[in-house]
Amino acid sequence: MLDVSVSYNRYRFLGAEFLTWVWYVIERDRGQIKVPENMRGILTVGNRVVIENSRNDTVQQITIRGDNADMGEGMLALKKGGLATKLSLEYTLGEQEWRFTLKGDSLDVTGLKTPTVAPVETSDEIEGAALEKTALCEVVIDLVDALFNRFIKLRVSDDWENEVVPKIRKWIMDAKT
Amino acid sequence: MGLLSSSVSITRYRVEGKLEEPVLETMANGLKRHVISEIDGNVSDETIGWTSFENPFNPKFEGSSFVIGGYFVFSLRIDKKTIPRRVIKKHFDVEVAKQLMKTGAKQLSREEKRRIRQKVEDVLTLQIPATPNIYDVVWQYESSSLWFFSNLKSANEALETLFAKSFNLTLIRLFPFTMADLTAGLSPEERDRLTALSPTSFTE
Repeated sequence: MLDVSVSYNRYRFLGAEFLTWVWYVIERDRGQIKVPENMRGILTVGNRVVIENSRNDTVQQITIRGDNADMGEGMLALKKGGLATKLSLEYTLGEQEWRFTLKGDSLDVTGLKTPTVAPVETSDEIEGAALEKTALCEVVIDLVDALFNRFIKLRVSDDWENEVVPKIRKWIMDAKT
Repeated sequence: MGLLSSSVSITRYRVEGKLEEPVLETMANGLKRHVISEIDGNVSDETIGWTSFENPFNPKFEGSSFVIGGYFVFSLRIDKKTIPRRVIKKHFDVEVAKQLMKTGAKQLSREEKRRIRQKVEDVLTLQIPATPNIYDVVWQYESSSLWFFSNLKSANEALETLFAKSFNLTLIRLFPFTMADLTAGLSPEERDRLTALSPTSFTE
């Protein structure tokens, strides 16, 4: 395997491409996530998206935030060559809801809010609460892994250039800004 | 930030290698060897060590106390004393004035000032309590997967260093390339294509 710090920098673009693809998939599927097949929940873009355009040796960053954020500005930034570098997401399964943000360069999960765990009132309850919370965090980790595995399989296949990229380009170009 | 916080941040690692058998004993020994030490009342300004998830201010790693369900759950604790610069300056100025009065000199040499600054910092460090920061670790041993509940660079670096010292195992941070290479289940051919990838343009 390549040196970790070398590979982190050399393939940094993969994270931003992944987040941009996730955004496209969510829009295409209108929230009814079909990737992966066994996930029954609804995935939507949350209230914060950061788009970076790092062409011509300068980095321009646009942040769109707010519960009723106008994504038109974000699509305009994509049209100018930007890619999503932070994407907040909401995953709903029945009455349960998870909110979190993914960072493109590291795929670290930040600000993860899971469905509420019963409050710990005695020391005997800590183990149960830890197990419950771990299982709730695992839902998001499994979701991210399943999405990323699907993405990377596509990314290293001929389908990426032949099918996926033209569709994403069309999605970006057709978007109202 | 901890596992049970209302909002959590997770950095993910893959653990390279396995602990020596018997695993629980090796694990407990690693934790005990680098358990957090208290620095209140001494001149150290920072200490880093393992502590118990359930009782971070009275760590115990007896038996399988760090096992919850199928996970090893414990915490990294970093205690730090931070003295505000202005407090150091105040005490330094007072000490310099005392020294000038005592010797009758008009100014102190660079070496005298350095000695006074060091003494001031040592005295203040001795007096102030350390601020603890606790970061939880969830290690799913069988799948070699480890979650660290912080994205802070300094805390992650401390984790990687202490983990290697304690367990003689390497943590590989998971980010897009390492996830693709190590955990995505790509075939050898797909991994060759992965290393040859270059950025996509979605606008041309």
